Amino acid sequence: MSSPRSHCAVRVALPYHLRNLARVDSEVEIDVAEPVTQRTLLNALETKFPMLRGTIRDHVTHKRRPFLRFFACGMDLSLEPPDSLLPEEVAAGAEPYLVVGAIAGG
Amino acid sequence: MTDVRVLVGTRKGAFILTSDGKRQNWRVDGPHFAGFEMYHLKGSPVDPNRLYASQSSGWFGQLIQRSNDGGKSWDTVGNEFTYDGIAGTHTWYDGTPHPWEFKRVWHLEPSLTDPDTVYAGVEDAALFKSTDGGTNWLELSGLRKHNTGPSWQPGAGGMCLHTILLDPSNPLRIYVAISAAGAFRTDDGGVTWKPINKGLVSDFMPDPNGETGHCVHRIAFHPSKPDVLFMQKHWDVMRTDNAGDLWTEVSDNLPSDFGFPIDVHAHEPETIYVVPIKSDSEHFPPDGKLRVYRSRTGGNEWEALTNGLPQQDCYVNVLRDAMAVDSLDSCGVYFGTTGGQVYVSADNGDKWAPIVRDLPAVLSVEVQTLQ
Repeated sequence: MSSPRSHCAVRVALPYHLRNLARVDSEVEIDVAEPVTQRTLLNALETKFPMLRGTIRDHVTHKRRPFLRFFACGMDLSLEPPDSLLPEEVAAGAEPYLVVGAIAGG
Repeated sequence: MTDVRVLVGTRKGAFILTSDGKRQNWRVDGPHFAGFEMYHLKGSPVDPNRLYASQSSGWFGQLIQRSNDGGKSWDTVGNEFTYDGIAGTHTWYDGTPHPWEFKRVWHLEPSLTDPDTVYAGVEDAALFKSTDGGTNWLELSGLRKHNTGPSWQPGAGGMCLHTILLDPSNPLRIYVAISAAGAFRTDDGGVTWKPINKGLVSDFMPDPNGETGHCVHRIAFHPSKPDVLFMQKHWDVMRTDNAGDLWTEVSDNLPSDFGFPIDVHAHEPETIYVVPIKSDSEHFPPDGKLRVYRSRTGGNEWEALTNGLPQQDCYVNVLRDAMAVDSLDSCGVYFGTTGGQVYVSADNGDKWAPIVRDLPAVLSVEVQTLQ
């Protein structure tokens, strides 16, 4: 029987421009205190990479920026409530949480 | 040894152009922040290696970058621009009330005395100030809360506060300009503001002489004469000799008095430069000829400056923040185009040459004269 987790190592894949801004060149791993939700994940991401504050969600309302979406485990989680639990595969670090920029513009 | 450093903001990144005082051979560094719209970059007058840059994206919003080494390296600083109190509404294009919504920073104006103090002009129109190097921003909300604020409407480019002039002789006096609300002045450091649009005439307005509602494209002054302002309005080139209390038109023999930038010679307070554009419907030079016009009389008497500029088939625009001057003995004049050219004249505008020809569309040009 495994012991209950208090923190999870979650993988996050950022779009190109946010990787440049955060000065990383691949997925990032962040330590998220349980429960692992979109809100706690993004809070932890912004704590580790403060330069990302305001780029994924609004500073004040925490609403997702319109041209970004969130995916994991083959599912679009963009419209899920921010406090819903993320899939266990994400919390366990088996699958990444994807922040994806819209294919828009010319 | 004197060098110049030209800070260029474009639709797809920032570029830093450097040269010695001859301004003939140039080094081009960039793109910095490739892929982002770089609305404006500007250096501190008291610490030229302290630069601020406005980085914007439709996907990722607004970012502010700061450099302490003249643009070799950058740090992301604060990007939280929250309107003071209940934001309220302004007037939308169709005349209905519309909530004030922050979109981007158009212009950054570092303090004349403190490298950690910088002002930001934003869309929707408001003025913010940071006193900690851009980490935190507070709105000087007396401007937006002026009793005319609810009637301000955006111009075609958005309701942007694009010009900030800090009076070097009076630290409490600041001028700003907003499209399409007009020009405003504070005499108490930003607490209260008054519209300074008397004398402006805008035929598209219900009241062409209205207190506000004028589409001011740019204002400029010479630091030694901060009560004398020059304005490129949507149509009309204007001047005031009393800090904006009354404007008079000085367009006279210009081929078109529509345009965006206006600037003042570094050593001759009555020598000014504009780039006429055909009309508000056709944003390119008249007759396909890119001509800077210079007045040595503070307006009214204009001469075309064409040497080195394309005189056929040229259909670029020069945006409002894309002209600047250096302060070398022979004043250098610079401007960038929507076609990606940055031109320099090292002799007051008499002769021009491109520094670069193929950048992304140029949004802004600033020059630092480095001793």
